[in-house]
Amino acid sequence: MEDMKPEHIVGEYKEYTLTYYDGTTRKVLVTDIETPYPDGKLIVSTTDLNGIITHANQAFVDMSGYTREELIGQPHYILRHPDMPKAAFREMWETIKSGKTWRGYIKNLRKDGGYYLVYATVMPNFKNGKIVGYTSVRRKPSRRKMEEALRRYARMKAEEENS
Amino acid sequence: MSFQFTVSPDFPPTRLPSWYLFNTWLQKSTGLSIHLEMFPDFESQREAIAKDKIDLIYANPYDAAMLVREKGFIPLARPKDRLDEAVILASADSPYTEVEELKSGVRVAVTNDPAINLLGMMMLEPAELHSGNIEIIKVDSYQAAIRKVLQGEADIAFLLKNSMMRLSKLVQSQLKTIVESQIGDLYHTFLASTTLGEHAETIKKALLDMHNSPKGREVLEGLEIPAWEEITPEETDFMINLIEALK
Repeated sequence: MEDMKPEHIVGEYKEYTLTYYDGTTRKVLVTDIETPYPDGKLIVSTTDLNGIITHANQAFVDMSGYTREELIGQPHYILRHPDMPKAAFREMWETIKSGKTWRGYIKNLRKDGGYYLVYATVMPNFKNGKIVGYTSVRRKPSRRKMEEALRRYARMKAEEENS
Repeated sequence: MSFQFTVSPDFPPTRLPSWYLFNTWLQKSTGLSIHLEMFPDFESQREAIAKDKIDLIYANPYDAAMLVREKGFIPLARPKDRLDEAVILASADSPYTEVEELKSGVRVAVTNDPAINLLGMMMLEPAELHSGNIEIIKVDSYQAAIRKVLQGEADIAFLLKNSMMRLSKLVQSQLKTIVESQIGDLYHTFLASTTLGEHAETIKKALLDMHNSPKGREVLEGLEIPAWEEITPEETDFMINLIEALK
């Protein structure tokens, strides 16, 4: 996946290098600008078994800042924000690979370096008893629960960095 | 042999004659014998589906998901430009203006429309409201839900957004929207059971061509549907997965 480009970023940014579960790395540029999650909006996407985006609805395009063409075919971790601990996603993958639904709060990174906060449901899609992909639905989170989750993630992140 | 056709019971009573006109048109256009069976509520319709008594159905997204996954129904078409979105309404003089102001114990008028209720509950989540901390008032139609709100017996109501268009200007002025969904991926679907065999394709062709004839257009106008359009298996899968994730 391509590194984020300064010309796409709105506002002052910090640079991080993320290493994903598959060993690939990406330079991400991050600002403190939040895009508020609109009431009633639902981001929906599907991925294949490897987390590669196969379908993205208009809300996904609007909130992420990427075009649909830029999203399809990319790993879902294109949205990974450096404030999110790896353990949160490890737990999510373990849950959905075992055939169960995962629910949780996520801070996502936009193409312009900003972020948006969501409550996500990720579930496996079955065909003939086999998992063939995953669907993720994101909606507006409760502010209180989101803040709780962000505090927890900050602690987890600090532990990951110290270990 | 006559095939059994039914329609999701989420339309206003005034549209009933239009569905009978549609069925007459469908029989003439396909040369098939089709009986339109209307059910007063979702429960009795589901019972008929469970007993495999339905061959053709115009289903809401929730039931469409169940019919495709559990009964092997085949999607034939969907209405063009007619997305299913939900709206949460309050009386115009209600103190509430947005979801986050709603508190535990809020009285919610709901119909038995499963898709709209799923979306309505999803839109209450930012206020940390769920079925365990709200008072649900069950009613049998959108009109009844609006009455509950206007009479002060409910604080808010869940409605299908399209049903708002049919309200009089006066009633609309007595209501306000707290929030409406912006999903863009849910719609009613015309589905056929495998019992229809090759006739399913005949019906699909007739539906997709319906808006091209004056008579077809007239019937469609009565249903407030501009035209039928094809729905791909991928679009159906996507809608089903979305419904499953919201359950």
